[in-house]
Amino acid sequence: MESTQNNKLEDLEKAIISTHRPSPPNAFTSVSTFAMRSLLKTKHTPMALMDITAMPILFLLMFTYLFGGAIAGSVQDYLQYILPGILVQTVVQITMYTGLDLNKDLQKGFFDRQRTLPIWSPSSLVGAMTFDTLRYSIACIIMIGVAMLMGFRPEGNALGVLLAVALLLLFAFSLSWVWTVLALILESENALMATAMMIIFPLTFLSSAFVDPETMPGILEWFVTINPISMLVDSVRGLMHGYAVGTEIMWTIGASGILLSIFGPLTMYLYKNKN
Amino acid sequence: MDQSIGYAIEAKGLVKKFNDFSAVDDIDLKIEKGTVYGFLGPNGAGKTTTVRMLSTLLKIDEGYATIFGHDVTKESRKIRPRIALTGQYASIDEDLTGSENLIMVSRLVGFSRTDAKKRAKELLTAFGLAEAANKQAKDYSGGMRRRLDIAASIVITPDLLFLDEPTTGLDPRSRNQVWDVIRALTKAGTTVLLTTQYLDEADQLADRIAVINKGKIIAEGTSTELKSSVGSGMLHVTLKNQSDYDRAKSLLEERVGSVLQESSKNAQLLVKVTDPVIATQALNDLTAAEIDLITFSLSQPSLDEVFLALTDE
Repeated sequence: MESTQNNKLEDLEKAIISTHRPSPPNAFTSVSTFAMRSLLKTKHTPMALMDITAMPILFLLMFTYLFGGAIAGSVQDYLQYILPGILVQTVVQITMYTGLDLNKDLQKGFFDRQRTLPIWSPSSLVGAMTFDTLRYSIACIIMIGVAMLMGFRPEGNALGVLLAVALLLLFAFSLSWVWTVLALILESENALMATAMMIIFPLTFLSSAFVDPETMPGILEWFVTINPISMLVDSVRGLMHGYAVGTEIMWTIGASGILLSIFGPLTMYLYKNKN
Repeated sequence: MDQSIGYAIEAKGLVKKFNDFSAVDDIDLKIEKGTVYGFLGPNGAGKTTTVRMLSTLLKIDEGYATIFGHDVTKESRKIRPRIALTGQYASIDEDLTGSENLIMVSRLVGFSRTDAKKRAKELLTAFGLAEAANKQAKDYSGGMRRRLDIAASIVITPDLLFLDEPTTGLDPRSRNQVWDVIRALTKAGTTVLLTTQYLDEADQLADRIAVINKGKIIAEGTSTELKSSVGSGMLHVTLKNQSDYDRAKSLLEERVGSVLQESSKNAQLLVKVTDPVIATQALNDLTAAEIDLITFSLSQPSLDEVFLALTDE
């Protein structure tokens, strides 16, 4: 009895004691491991893909056919105008999920493990955002594809469309850090969702995404013009349809840089000191 | 592994305040390398807060702590590769499968893709999780989840392992499996800081025990030392005839003091004695009065009794 007990313990010991002691992974490995984690989560809950597949198509159809006639006189004309706008609106809106995912993580024990691992500390966030960027790209491809079937014809070349999407992804990545800060400050998922909506809705609707700002009353027109989302929409629209928007692009890149340099370090400060 | 003599954990005057409430209030610790140290206390005693400070997760408000000689506040980078933590809530990703969890953690501590897969398989088998390897962890039972959690903590055998209430809520079988893992790890030289609410767990596993209550350590020592510090054993007497009950009770009270626990229905009496000699005298008194006994026993106080005696206000 005693000896079988000892044997059992020795077997267990042999199996669980590791003699292999690798050095900690580099940032690229840890970031891609976390990106892989997001991919696996999506694999286990495919319904989470609704927000980048069905939803964008639904919005595209709704807005184009609902407002097309009233705003631009014809659905075809409006589609040329609205596609860049609705693309921006959709992607900006789903950046919010980066914050929601972090918020869920915070409430679980896995967050503690992440923080005791010997890795570059933003790895988990950057990894999740890398995967999110892939999600945004899929949403863009789907929306542009469906829009082209509906009759959308970008007057710029394919490179213009690619650059437009790339600029949108850059802005989305930078904006994500605002939601991670909020996720770390606000305790509940509901509070985060409500706050994010309150920021996203005015910013996306009070922009040049859906209607020409010149049709708006003075003070609103002023707000829409300085709204960074308008800069982004104008850049994307210009790049897709092949007209010059150098200034708008500079402003968009500038805004992304400002968001990233404020909210990135702030996120990491809160992340490290979270109780 | 660092074989030099010294302490795995040394802490002096640790304080953690949440608003005005001191969750941890001036705690000193010295934990020798290679030992199992038990942190015993009720819910809210400050066990988890202390563990979180020592494992670099929570800022220390006052005092200082070193892990293997490295300052917890300033040298967390040197400490983290050598420690692992299994928290009160399973530190695994419940959306992923057992296998995916272990591969992920293996990659994050530096294993190559191939080695990570190999290590994950090895651990799943050792922990009896091979059959559930491809099930999502959220579908695991409490015991399986806990085992997966510990497996994730020892992908690289840590020099120091923090186990925060590793067996709370587990059935006896799962609890024994966790105990076996802890014993195997200590044989390999890992220092373990174990928090628990269960006295028998500390008794079974820990070389030394600190009893913690309201953020302070109220007693420290080996389990034998703690038991003898309370300075008494328990005399347990069962009478043959229930009719003798009142006479027996008054005789015992006269000789020993108060009767702690009694059950007149079963004719059982339990008294606290400070000295075995007194217990013998008390039994003589009963015999002299011609009170027949079915059984009697003198036992060391259990840790439960020690704990109640220490926290009694």
